[in-house]
Amino acid sequence: MTFLEIDHVSKNFPAPDGRGEICVFRDVAFGLGEGEFLTMVGHSGCGKSTLLNIIAGLERPTAGGVVLQGREIKGPGIDRMVVFQNFALMPWLTVFDNVRVAVRAAHPAWPAAQVTAWVRRYVEMVGLGGAEKKRPAALSGGMRQRVGLARAFSTEPKVLLLDEPFAQIDALTRGVIQDELVRMWTASRNTVFMVTHDVDEAILLSDRIALMTSGPEARLAEIVEVKIPRPRTRAELIDDPEYLRLRNHILHFLMEVGRRSPVQDEVAASTGRAPALARTS
Amino acid sequence: MGRDRLRVVCYSVLLAVVFVAVWQASVAGNKPGKGLPGPAAVGRAAVEMLSNPFYNNGPNDKGIGLQFLSSLGRLAIGYIAASVTAILLGVFLGLSPTLYRAVNPYVQILKPISPLAWMPLFLYTIKDSAWAAVLVIFMSSLWPTLANTAFGVSSIKRDYLNVAAILQLSWWRRLLTVILPGAAPAVVAGLRISIGSAWVAIVAAEMLIGGTGVGYFVWNEWNNLQLTSVIFAILAIGLIGVLLDVGLGKLSRRLAYAD
Repeated sequence: MTFLEIDHVSKNFPAPDGRGEICVFRDVAFGLGEGEFLTMVGHSGCGKSTLLNIIAGLERPTAGGVVLQGREIKGPGIDRMVVFQNFALMPWLTVFDNVRVAVRAAHPAWPAAQVTAWVRRYVEMVGLGGAEKKRPAALSGGMRQRVGLARAFSTEPKVLLLDEPFAQIDALTRGVIQDELVRMWTASRNTVFMVTHDVDEAILLSDRIALMTSGPEARLAEIVEVKIPRPRTRAELIDDPEYLRLRNHILHFLMEVGRRSPVQDEVAASTGRAPALARTS
Repeated sequence: MGRDRLRVVCYSVLLAVVFVAVWQASVAGNKPGKGLPGPAAVGRAAVEMLSNPFYNNGPNDKGIGLQFLSSLGRLAIGYIAASVTAILLGVFLGLSPTLYRAVNPYVQILKPISPLAWMPLFLYTIKDSAWAAVLVIFMSSLWPTLANTAFGVSSIKRDYLNVAAILQLSWWRRLLTVILPGAAPAVVAGLRISIGSAWVAIVAAEMLIGGTGVGYFVWNEWNNLQLTSVIFAILAIGLIGVLLDVGLGKLSRRLAYAD
């Protein structure tokens, strides 16, 4: 049995002109095994963040459903922590308190001392020991996302949902935080669903990569397996032939999908069928 | 920076000196006891009143300190009750756009009503003038806080509420860790407007109900033709209003946050 099942999920939004609905994506189905790291890649507007929100329980699917360990997801829950693109740290709380809110929520019965020790452990794990008393506004983007990671991992969720977690971090810091994530994930082995449009990031981190066609009416085109053994480092990756093959495959796919003309989109919207895709593999 | 400040202080002092001089000059020809009292007379009255502010010689003769204390006591009860009510209601309105839009027309109608207009109704229903005055304070400080809280809560970033939902925080914890701190800057801005309008309203309310309080004092001294006391009381009302605002200003700086 798959651990997390995305069961033929479709999502419609009300059309901007107020008449009818627009289908963002249709009939998306795949599963994640326990401890698997799966990344979804696609252009803006393909609904990948919407799908992540549906798994988080923050949005409802129009059709289909999401099943975690045999139980359908009805709403948000602490077993599915989200790491947000814009960090979503409470600006009025310190670094320490931002993590503490999550730990207390995950372990309501713990005495204060145990909560404090646990929070400290995760704050130090992301290298922010000494910055506990700072407010998010005093931190750089990279440091803020470290807090975001600490908050998410500290609750030991069944599923980690990463919503373009590195998109707002400058390129030089990004690699460091990615390594941070790999280190934490290697230790915890949570099941991870990540959304990104950074192909290198997807290959570096994932076990499998799901490719979405462009929206509206986006569909899951294929899921490719990343057969590069772990641990992976950026330095080794650049020369790995499998990495190059995968990267080319995904980039070609994205260009192919991105080249879809607006006319095709209109056809797709009126017929309810996505245009055929050129496969490059 | 330091020079700018010095210049500001100089202009302020200069303005005060000019004002007092013009005031003194305009009353210089008056015979003693006739016409508007000058600054010197008001100063003498102030020294006299402040030298024994808390005496109590019966209902019509109390020290100015006692009068201010009784006004501030009324203000505290009415204002705190109104603030708690307004913040709680505001949270509900802010969290539910539907409720907000349903209630908003009534708030808009109630908001411009002078709080004193309610006085007859309060006097008739509770038959106690002191509590009627407290209720006037309540009405005067309700709407700004209510409107600001609803606005502040409704503009809390969706992400923060999503985090609270994912963490499955209880309603109270959600209120205390996300909603109130998130809306705090707007709430305190409302509280500041409210305390200003409450302080404005209490003088008028006390003129109507009599008995105690600075509003009653002003009216009573007018009846005694003690204009020196009236002028001093006016200045003191302004000064206390500033102190109330400064206190909330400090609170507002403490609760501000940078996104």
